[in-house]
Amino acid sequence: MEMTVLIAGFGGQGVLSAGKFVATAALMEGREVSWLPSYGPEMRGGTANCSIILSDQSIGSPILNQTDVLIALNNPSLDKFSPMVKSGGLIIVDESLVKSVPNRQDVRLIAIPASDMASEAGNMTFATVILLGAFSACTSSIQRETFEKALLESLPERHHHLIPQEMDLFDQGAAYAGQS
Amino acid sequence: MNKRVLMKGNEVIAEAAVRAGCRHYFGYPITPQTEIMHYMARRMVEAGGVMVQAESEVAAINMVYGASAAGARVLTTSSSPGISLKQEGFSYIAGAELPAVVVNIVRGGPGLGGILPAQGDYFQATKGGGHGDYRNIVLAPASVQELYELTVEAFNLADRYRMLTMILGDGTLGQMMEPVAFREEEPIDSSDKPWAVTGFKAAEREHNTIQSIYIEADDLEALNNRLQDKYQIIRQQEVRSEQVNCENADVIVAAFGTCSRICRNVIRDAAALGIHVGLVRPITLWPFPDAAVVSAADQSSVQAVLTVELNAGQMVEDVRLAVNGLKPVYFHGRTGGNMPTQKEILDKIRSIVGR
Repeated sequence: MEMTVLIAGFGGQGVLSAGKFVATAALMEGREVSWLPSYGPEMRGGTANCSIILSDQSIGSPILNQTDVLIALNNPSLDKFSPMVKSGGLIIVDESLVKSVPNRQDVRLIAIPASDMASEAGNMTFATVILLGAFSACTSSIQRETFEKALLESLPERHHHLIPQEMDLFDQGAAYAGQS
Repeated sequence: MNKRVLMKGNEVIAEAAVRAGCRHYFGYPITPQTEIMHYMARRMVEAGGVMVQAESEVAAINMVYGASAAGARVLTTSSSPGISLKQEGFSYIAGAELPAVVVNIVRGGPGLGGILPAQGDYFQATKGGGHGDYRNIVLAPASVQELYELTVEAFNLADRYRMLTMILGDGTLGQMMEPVAFREEEPIDSSDKPWAVTGFKAAEREHNTIQSIYIEADDLEALNNRLQDKYQIIRQQEVRSEQVNCENADVIVAAFGTCSRICRNVIRDAAALGIHVGLVRPITLWPFPDAAVVSAADQSSVQAVLTVELNAGQMVEDVRLAVNGLKPVYFHGRTGGNMPTQKEILDKIRSIVGR
């Protein structure tokens, strides 16, 4: 069983970190993982993305030509990468920032106002955690408690006090996906 | 083995070097390998070593020469344009028979090129690049775990043969994260270096000198003969490669590094169409694994050999030399930082086998 995930947005939204949380959690669950960032001449406000592969077997190419899951945090990323999503795949978008969605009847689309929810919670970078909650609920690919452990391992200690709030938002994302 | 941790390729190279006993790092930043230097800046302080951001790549490689001459395990790392600048130093290191480890996380060229992954430095790495009749051992890892293991091994090979050993990676390997399991203890060869210039100790030994200048023809020829004898031993003892799914294959694919991983997926794609594809993955690019290529290609089932590279066709020349007309040898490559897709490679294979 292999799952590919592409997370894309603006630099500074926490796209690369979000991918790292997913990869770390999957590794903790004993799976094979690869994480590959875009590393072009990116800058704040530019685009950023990362490709993650989760597998029960050793991973061949870390480079994605198509993907099972796309998590898009802005319109340019959604426009660019939605054609790569496999038929029967999943697209999760941050509805606060994405104004138009692709016309694809063959994929599941989950739209969550993640940035607005994060902003209400007082920290814009929480948006990715909300989207990952939805990802977790839709795919059952990472367990809630493993995700929490992954945050603990990936985040510097000075941010550990934020983890309970992040897990609350993770749950809100999961619940949102469950309803839609 | 310790538990597996998720780390970036570049950081694993640096950690591997520290674990291999490297306490001297000299470099100059360049994308996509600067994380090595960044990691070393912190880790060398912890380990009691030295990390110098030199004023240029030329300075860095000459600092490597000096530290190595004094008996240190020493590392420099760069990416393509920076490696070009270091070539003079590589030649002097070869002439002076000094051990050194160099990492080239290759980016697209020529010139300043771009910062995306490529394998366009194969010729430069394996055929020289500096002047004179010399060789470097060139190792081509294909995963983050292998970056770790081969970096440790590079230090052993460099010391064993007193020569420059290069890790040839690419931007993908340097930038990606994968699990890596570090050993409790590294298999480090004895680092006894009686030839090193460690200060004249008249009572203990002869005066040591490190040089690459030999004015007399016979002296210089003696050096060259000694080097060639050493290279012959390395050709016999240090060739490494991996063969995947080669037995009774219809087509043999030859690829190294990141490209070999794309080809691994193609094996699966081709099998779904009833085409049996085998992969020969050179791990040492010099010495090149001729015998592994020949043994795979010389099976009666094999129709052709396809070399896939992130360049316009470089390793394919060594593959052709090895295959030596036994079977047709085809090439597929992409440049500029673009990657061949699995479909492109599969289409090429289908056109070769005609189905």
